[in-house]
Amino acid sequence: MRRNLKVLSTLLFAAVCFFASSAAFAADATTGGGSGSREMGLAIGAGLAIGLAALGGGLGQGRSAGAALEGIARNPQASGKIFTPMIIALALTESLVLLAWLIANALSGKIG
Amino acid sequence: MGPHVTWFDLIPGIGGLKDSLQPLLGRSWTWQVFQTTHFEITHVLVALVVFLLLVLGAASYRSSVVKLGEEAILPSPRFNIRALFESLADIVFGLLEGVMGEKNARKYLPFLGSFFIFVLFSNLISLVPGFRAPTDTLKTNIGLAVMIFLATHILGFKEHGIRYLEQFTGHLPLKSPLVILVPLMFVIEVISHLIRPATLSIRLMANMFADHAVVGVFFTLIPFLVPVPLMLLGVFVSVVQALVFTLMSATYISLAVAHEEH
Repeated sequence: MRRNLKVLSTLLFAAVCFFASSAAFAADATTGGGSGSREMGLAIGAGLAIGLAALGGGLGQGRSAGAALEGIARNPQASGKIFTPMIIALALTESLVLLAWLIANALSGKIG
Repeated sequence: MGPHVTWFDLIPGIGGLKDSLQPLLGRSWTWQVFQTTHFEITHVLVALVVFLLLVLGAASYRSSVVKLGEEAILPSPRFNIRALFESLADIVFGLLEGVMGEKNARKYLPFLGSFFIFVLFSNLISLVPGFRAPTDTLKTNIGLAVMIFLATHILGFKEHGIRYLEQFTGHLPLKSPLVILVPLMFVIEVISHLIRPATLSIRLMANMFADHAVVGVFFTLIPFLVPVPLMLLGVFVSVVQALVFTLMSATYISLAVAHEEH
Protein backbone atom coordinates (compact mmCIF):
# COMPACT_ATOMS: atom_id res chain seq x y z
CA MET A 1 0.00 0.00 0.00
CA ARG A 2 2.72 2.36 1.08
CA ARG A 3 4.72 1.40 -2.04
CA ASN A 4 1.73 2.05 -4.25
CA LEU A 5 1.34 5.46 -2.68
CA LYS A 6 4.99 6.20 -3.38
CA VAL A 7 4.64 5.17 -7.03
CA LEU A 8 1.44 7.17 -7.37
CA SER A 9 2.96 10.29 -5.87
CA THR A 10 5.97 9.99 -8.18
CA LEU A 11 3.71 9.66 -11.20
CA LEU A 12 1.62 12.60 -10.02
CA PHE A 13 4.74 14.71 -9.60
CA ALA A 14 5.90 13.77 -13.09
CA ALA A 15 2.49 14.65 -14.53
CA VAL A 16 2.45 18.01 -12.75
CA CYS A 17 5.95 18.77 -14.01
CA PHE A 18 4.94 17.78 -17.53
CA PHE A 19 1.79 19.89 -17.64
CA ALA A 20 3.47 22.83 -15.96
CA SER A 21 6.26 22.74 -18.50
CA SER A 22 3.82 22.40 -21.40
CA ALA A 23 1.95 25.41 -20.06
CA ALA A 24 5.27 27.23 -19.95
CA PHE A 25 5.92 26.24 -23.57
CA ALA A 26 2.49 27.47 -24.54
CA ALA A 27 3.21 30.79 -22.88
CA ASP A 28 6.52 30.87 -24.71
CA ALA A 29 4.78 30.19 -28.01
CA THR A 30 2.33 33.01 -27.52
CA THR A 31 5.13 35.46 -26.82
CA GLY A 32 6.72 34.68 -30.18
CA GLY A 33 9.41 31.98 -29.59
CA GLY A 34 7.45 29.46 -31.67
CA SER A 35 10.11 27.38 -33.39
CA GLY A 36 12.33 27.31 -30.29
CA SER A 37 9.64 25.68 -28.18
CA ARG A 38 8.84 23.25 -30.98
CA GLU A 39 12.45 22.16 -31.09
CA MET A 40 12.55 21.91 -27.33
CA GLY A 41 9.48 19.68 -27.41
CA LEU A 42 11.05 17.48 -30.08
CA ALA A 43 14.26 17.15 -28.10
CA ILE A 44 12.44 16.32 -24.88
CA GLY A 45 10.23 13.86 -26.74
CA ALA A 46 13.21 12.09 -28.30
CA GLY A 47 14.99 11.88 -24.97
CA LEU A 48 11.90 10.62 -23.19
CA ALA A 49 11.20 8.04 -25.92
CA ILE A 50 14.58 6.36 -25.75
CA GLY A 51 14.94 6.91 -22.01
CA LEU A 52 11.65 5.30 -21.05
CA ALA A 53 12.26 2.50 -23.54
CA ALA A 54 15.67 1.83 -22.03
CA LEU A 55 14.13 1.82 -18.55
CA GLY A 56 11.46 -0.69 -19.51
CA GLY A 57 13.80 -2.78 -21.60
CA GLY A 58 16.36 -2.88 -18.81
CA LEU A 59 13.77 -4.02 -16.26
CA GLY A 60 12.45 -6.69 -18.61
CA GLN A 61 15.87 -7.97 -19.59
CA GLY A 62 16.92 -8.02 -15.96
CA ARG A 63 13.92 -10.15 -15.06
CA SER A 64 14.48 -12.66 -17.84
CA ALA A 65 18.23 -12.92 -17.25
CA GLY A 66 17.63 -13.26 -13.52
CA ALA A 67 15.14 -16.06 -14.03
CA ALA A 68 17.53 -17.84 -16.40
CA LEU A 69 20.41 -17.54 -13.92
CA GLU A 70 18.18 -18.86 -11.16
CA GLY A 71 17.35 -21.85 -13.31
CA ILE A 72 21.04 -22.43 -14.03
CA ALA A 73 21.89 -22.12 -10.33
CA ARG A 74 19.29 -24.74 -9.46
CA ASN A 75 20.31 -27.09 -12.22
CA PRO A 76 23.75 -26.27 -13.64
CA GLN A 77 23.55 -29.09 -16.19
CA ALA A 78 20.64 -27.33 -17.91
CA SER A 79 22.73 -24.23 -18.71
CA GLY A 80 23.20 -25.26 -22.33
CA LYS A 81 19.46 -25.69 -22.83
CA ILE A 82 18.57 -22.47 -21.01
CA PHE A 83 21.09 -20.33 -22.89
CA THR A 84 19.42 -20.31 -26.32
CA PRO A 85 15.87 -19.42 -25.19
CA MET A 86 17.36 -16.80 -22.88
CA ILE A 87 19.19 -15.11 -25.77
CA ILE A 88 15.99 -15.18 -27.85
CA ALA A 89 13.98 -13.66 -24.99
CA LEU A 90 16.58 -10.94 -24.45
CA ALA A 91 16.61 -10.15 -28.17
CA LEU A 92 12.81 -9.93 -28.33
CA THR A 93 12.75 -7.59 -25.33
CA GLU A 94 15.45 -5.50 -26.94
CA SER A 95 13.56 -5.16 -30.21
CA LEU A 96 10.96 -2.90 -28.56
CA VAL A 97 13.76 -0.64 -27.32
CA LEU A 98 15.11 -0.52 -30.86
CA LEU A 99 11.71 0.57 -32.17
CA ALA A 100 11.79 3.37 -29.62
CA TRP A 101 15.25 4.26 -30.89
CA LEU A 102 13.78 4.56 -34.39
CA ILE A 103 11.16 6.99 -33.07
CA ALA A 104 13.77 8.98 -31.15
CA ASN A 105 15.97 9.10 -34.22
CA ALA A 106 13.12 10.34 -36.38
CA LEU A 107 12.24 12.98 -33.78
CA SER A 108 15.80 14.22 -33.39
CA GLY A 109 16.08 14.41 -37.18
CA LYS A 110 13.31 16.99 -37.18
CA ILE A 111 15.26 19.33 -34.93
CA GLY A 112 16.91 22.20 -36.70
CA MET B 1 44.79 11.79 -36.59
CA GLY B 2 41.11 11.57 -35.87
CA PRO B 3 39.38 8.58 -34.29
CA HIS B 4 38.00 7.38 -37.61
CA VAL B 5 41.20 7.23 -39.65
CA THR B 6 41.56 3.84 -41.32
CA TRP B 7 44.17 2.15 -43.45
CA PHE B 8 42.03 2.89 -46.48
CA ASP B 9 42.75 6.60 -46.07
CA LEU B 10 46.31 5.81 -47.21
CA ILE B 11 45.02 4.88 -50.67
CA PRO B 12 45.73 7.91 -52.89
CA GLY B 13 42.63 9.68 -54.11
CA ILE B 14 40.20 8.12 -51.66
CA GLY B 15 39.47 11.45 -49.97
CA GLY B 16 38.59 12.95 -53.33
CA LEU B 17 36.42 9.95 -54.13
CA LYS B 18 34.57 10.39 -50.86
CA ASP B 19 33.93 14.04 -51.66
CA SER B 20 32.87 13.35 -55.23
CA LEU B 21 30.57 10.43 -54.40
CA GLN B 22 27.70 12.76 -53.55
CA PRO B 23 27.52 14.48 -56.99
CA LEU B 24 28.38 11.16 -58.69
CA LEU B 25 25.28 9.55 -57.20
CA GLY B 26 23.38 12.61 -58.36
CA ARG B 27 21.62 13.31 -55.10
CA SER B 28 22.00 15.43 -52.03
CA TRP B 29 19.25 14.04 -49.79
CA THR B 30 20.31 11.87 -46.87
CA TRP B 31 18.54 9.51 -44.58
CA GLN B 32 18.76 10.23 -40.90
CA VAL B 33 19.33 6.55 -40.06
CA PHE B 34 22.58 6.38 -42.02
CA GLN B 35 23.92 9.50 -40.29
CA THR B 36 27.48 10.38 -41.26
CA THR B 37 28.22 7.13 -43.09
CA HIS B 38 26.00 8.07 -45.98
CA PHE B 39 28.60 8.78 -48.65
CA GLU B 40 31.50 6.80 -47.18
CA ILE B 41 32.85 3.69 -48.85
CA THR B 42 35.11 2.62 -45.96
CA HIS B 43 32.57 0.08 -44.78
CA VAL B 44 32.32 -1.45 -48.22
CA LEU B 45 36.10 -1.75 -48.41
CA VAL B 46 36.31 -3.37 -44.95
CA ALA B 47 33.53 -5.77 -45.91
CA LEU B 48 35.59 -6.65 -49.00
CA VAL B 49 38.60 -7.35 -46.78
CA VAL B 50 36.44 -9.61 -44.61
CA PHE B 51 35.21 -11.45 -47.69
CA LEU B 52 38.78 -11.87 -48.89
CA LEU B 53 39.85 -13.28 -45.51
CA LEU B 54 36.90 -15.69 -45.50
CA VAL B 55 37.58 -16.87 -49.04
CA LEU B 56 41.24 -17.45 -48.19
CA GLY B 57 40.22 -19.30 -45.01
CA ALA B 58 37.74 -21.44 -46.90
CA ALA B 59 40.32 -22.28 -49.58
CA SER B 60 42.86 -23.22 -46.96
CA TYR B 61 40.25 -25.32 -45.13
CA ARG B 62 39.31 -27.13 -48.31
CA SER B 63 42.89 -27.83 -49.34
CA SER B 64 43.73 -29.19 -45.88
CA VAL B 65 40.68 -31.47 -45.90
CA VAL B 66 41.32 -32.71 -49.45
CA LYS B 67 44.96 -33.41 -48.63
CA LEU B 68 43.99 -35.55 -45.64
CA GLY B 69 41.44 -37.60 -47.57
CA GLU B 70 39.79 -40.21 -45.35
CA GLU B 71 41.60 -38.97 -42.26
CA ALA B 72 39.67 -35.70 -42.39
CA ILE B 73 36.97 -37.30 -40.24
CA LEU B 74 39.32 -37.04 -37.26
CA PRO B 75 39.51 -33.63 -35.58
CA SER B 76 42.71 -31.70 -36.06
CA PRO B 77 45.36 -32.40 -33.37
CA ARG B 78 46.55 -28.77 -33.35
CA PHE B 79 44.60 -25.53 -33.39
CA ASN B 80 44.81 -24.29 -36.96
CA ILE B 81 42.49 -22.73 -39.50
CA ARG B 82 40.77 -26.06 -40.07
CA ALA B 83 40.06 -26.51 -36.35
CA LEU B 84 38.81 -22.91 -36.13
CA PHE B 85 36.26 -23.29 -38.92
CA GLU B 86 35.19 -26.72 -37.72
CA SER B 87 34.54 -25.49 -34.20
CA LEU B 88 32.63 -22.46 -35.52
CA ALA B 89 30.44 -24.72 -37.65
CA ASP B 90 29.95 -26.98 -34.64
CA ILE B 91 28.82 -24.08 -32.43
CA VAL B 92 26.35 -22.82 -35.06
CA PHE B 93 25.00 -26.32 -35.62
CA GLY B 94 24.43 -26.78 -31.89
CA LEU B 95 22.51 -23.50 -31.71
CA LEU B 96 20.41 -24.21 -34.79
CA GLU B 97 19.60 -27.68 -33.47
CA GLY B 98 18.19 -26.12 -30.31
CA VAL B 99 15.98 -23.75 -32.31
CA MET B 100 14.74 -25.72 -35.33
CA GLY B 101 15.50 -29.42 -34.70
CA GLU B 102 18.17 -31.57 -36.26
CA LYS B 103 16.64 -32.09 -39.71
CA ASN B 104 16.08 -28.39 -40.42
CA ALA B 105 19.39 -27.48 -38.79
CA ARG B 106 21.26 -29.69 -41.27
CA LYS B 107 19.29 -28.14 -44.11
CA TYR B 108 19.86 -24.49 -43.20
CA LEU B 109 23.35 -24.72 -41.67
CA PRO B 110 25.16 -23.58 -44.87
CA PHE B 111 22.91 -20.52 -45.25
CA LEU B 112 22.78 -19.36 -41.64
CA GLY B 113 26.34 -20.46 -40.93
CA SER B 114 27.69 -18.16 -43.63
CA PHE B 115 25.73 -15.29 -42.10
CA PHE B 116 27.20 -16.14 -38.70
CA ILE B 117 30.78 -16.29 -39.97
CA PHE B 118 30.46 -13.09 -42.00
CA VAL B 119 28.90 -11.13 -39.13
CA LEU B 120 31.39 -12.53 -36.61
CA PHE B 121 34.45 -11.63 -38.68
CA SER B 122 32.98 -8.22 -39.57
CA ASN B 123 32.48 -7.50 -35.87
CA LEU B 124 35.91 -8.73 -34.87
CA ILE B 125 37.81 -6.77 -37.51
CA SER B 126 36.81 -3.54 -35.77
CA LEU B 127 39.17 -4.49 -32.92
CA VAL B 128 42.14 -4.34 -35.28
CA PRO B 129 43.45 -0.77 -35.18
CA GLY B 130 42.81 1.05 -38.41
CA PHE B 131 39.67 -0.85 -39.37
CA ARG B 132 36.02 -0.11 -38.76
CA ALA B 133 33.39 -2.79 -38.49
CA PRO B 134 31.28 -2.97 -41.65
CA THR B 135 28.38 -3.84 -39.35
CA ASP B 136 28.43 -0.56 -37.42
CA THR B 137 26.42 1.14 -40.15
CA LEU B 138 22.89 0.31 -41.25
CA LYS B 139 24.05 0.19 -44.87
CA THR B 140 25.53 -3.28 -44.39
CA ASN B 141 23.05 -4.54 -41.84
CA ILE B 142 19.91 -3.70 -43.78
CA GLY B 143 21.35 -5.69 -46.69
CA LEU B 144 21.89 -8.71 -44.46
CA ALA B 145 18.51 -8.38 -42.73
CA VAL B 146 16.57 -7.95 -45.97
CA MET B 147 18.25 -11.10 -47.30
CA ILE B 148 17.03 -12.97 -44.21
CA PHE B 149 13.55 -11.46 -44.68
CA LEU B 150 13.33 -12.58 -48.32
CA ALA B 151 14.76 -16.01 -47.51
CA THR B 152 12.20 -16.48 -44.72
CA HIS B 153 9.24 -15.93 -47.02
CA ILE B 154 10.69 -17.78 -50.02
CA LEU B 155 11.43 -20.81 -47.84
CA GLY B 156 7.97 -20.55 -46.27
CA PHE B 157 6.28 -20.57 -49.68
CA LYS B 158 8.52 -23.43 -50.80
CA GLU B 159 7.58 -25.50 -47.76
CA HIS B 160 3.84 -24.84 -47.62
CA GLY B 161 2.90 -23.56 -51.07
CA ILE B 162 0.08 -21.04 -51.10
CA ARG B 163 -1.11 -22.34 -47.72
CA TYR B 164 1.79 -20.39 -46.23
CA LEU B 165 -0.55 -17.39 -46.24
CA GLU B 166 -2.61 -19.16 -43.56
CA GLN B 167 0.15 -18.24 -41.11
CA PHE B 168 -0.84 -14.60 -41.51
CA THR B 169 -4.42 -15.19 -40.37
CA GLY B 170 -3.51 -15.86 -36.76
CA HIS B 171 -4.61 -19.54 -36.94
CA LEU B 172 -8.19 -18.67 -36.10
CA PRO B 173 -10.67 -21.55 -36.40
CA LEU B 174 -12.37 -21.14 -39.76
CA LYS B 175 -15.86 -22.25 -38.68
CA SER B 176 -16.46 -19.72 -35.97
CA PRO B 177 -17.55 -16.09 -35.80
CA LEU B 178 -13.94 -15.19 -34.95
CA VAL B 179 -13.24 -15.21 -38.71
CA ILE B 180 -14.18 -11.55 -38.86
CA LEU B 181 -10.94 -10.86 -37.02
CA VAL B 182 -8.86 -12.21 -39.93
CA PRO B 183 -8.26 -8.82 -41.63
CA LEU B 184 -7.10 -7.38 -38.32
CA MET B 185 -4.77 -10.32 -37.70
CA PHE B 186 -3.44 -10.02 -41.22
CA VAL B 187 -2.47 -6.38 -40.73
CA ILE B 188 -0.84 -7.12 -37.38
CA GLU B 189 1.12 -10.07 -38.77
CA VAL B 190 2.33 -8.08 -41.77
CA ILE B 191 3.53 -5.27 -39.50
CA SER B 192 5.31 -7.71 -37.21
CA HIS B 193 7.01 -9.32 -40.21
CA LEU B 194 8.13 -5.95 -41.55
CA ILE B 195 9.53 -4.93 -38.16
CA ARG B 196 11.77 -8.00 -38.00
CA PRO B 197 14.45 -6.88 -40.50
CA ALA B 198 14.46 -3.41 -38.90
CA THR B 199 15.15 -4.73 -35.40
CA LEU B 200 17.62 -7.31 -36.71
CA SER B 201 19.71 -4.64 -38.41
CA ILE B 202 19.39 -1.92 -35.77
CA ARG B 203 20.32 -4.29 -32.94
CA LEU B 204 23.61 -5.21 -34.62
CA MET B 205 24.34 -1.62 -35.60
CA ALA B 206 23.60 -0.18 -32.15
CA ASN B 207 25.68 -2.74 -30.28
CA MET B 208 28.69 -2.46 -32.57
CA PHE B 209 28.49 1.33 -32.64
CA ALA B 210 28.22 1.53 -28.84
CA ASP B 211 31.19 -0.77 -28.38
CA HIS B 212 33.23 1.22 -30.89
CA ALA B 213 32.30 4.49 -29.15
CA VAL B 214 33.23 3.21 -25.67
CA VAL B 215 36.66 1.98 -26.82
CA GLY B 216 37.15 5.28 -28.67
CA VAL B 217 36.36 7.36 -25.58
CA PHE B 218 38.80 5.41 -23.44
CA PHE B 219 41.47 5.71 -26.12
CA THR B 220 41.15 9.47 -26.07
CA LEU B 221 41.35 9.49 -22.26
CA ILE B 222 44.34 7.17 -21.71
CA PRO B 223 45.72 5.67 -24.91
CA PHE B 224 47.78 2.94 -23.24
CA LEU B 225 46.71 -0.39 -21.66
CA VAL B 226 43.51 1.03 -20.16
CA PRO B 227 41.33 0.27 -23.21
CA VAL B 228 42.46 -3.39 -23.24
CA PRO B 229 39.70 -4.70 -20.89
CA LEU B 230 37.15 -2.81 -22.98
CA MET B 231 38.50 -4.43 -26.12
CA LEU B 232 38.11 -7.81 -24.43
CA LEU B 233 34.51 -6.80 -23.74
CA GLY B 234 34.37 -5.92 -27.44
CA VAL B 235 35.35 -9.50 -28.36
CA PHE B 236 32.52 -10.74 -26.15
CA VAL B 237 30.00 -8.31 -27.66
CA SER B 238 31.08 -9.25 -31.19
CA VAL B 239 30.59 -12.97 -30.60
CA VAL B 240 27.28 -12.51 -28.77
CA GLN B 241 25.86 -10.20 -31.43
CA ALA B 242 26.84 -12.61 -34.21
CA LEU B 243 25.14 -15.40 -32.23
CA VAL B 244 22.03 -13.28 -31.67
CA PHE B 245 21.79 -12.39 -35.35
CA THR B 246 22.02 -16.06 -36.35
CA LEU B 247 19.63 -17.19 -33.62
CA MET B 248 16.96 -14.65 -34.51
CA SER B 249 17.25 -15.49 -38.21
CA ALA B 250 16.98 -19.19 -37.36
CA THR B 251 13.90 -18.49 -35.25
CA TYR B 252 12.21 -16.57 -38.06
CA ILE B 253 12.98 -19.25 -40.64
CA SER B 254 11.91 -22.07 -38.34
CA LEU B 255 8.60 -20.26 -37.65
CA ALA B 256 8.03 -19.90 -41.39
CA VAL B 257 8.76 -23.52 -42.29
CA ALA B 258 7.20 -25.12 -39.19
CA HIS B 259 4.27 -27.47 -39.68
CA GLU B 260 1.19 -27.08 -37.55
CA GLU B 261 0.57 -29.82 -35.03
CA HIS B 262 -3.07 -30.75 -34.80
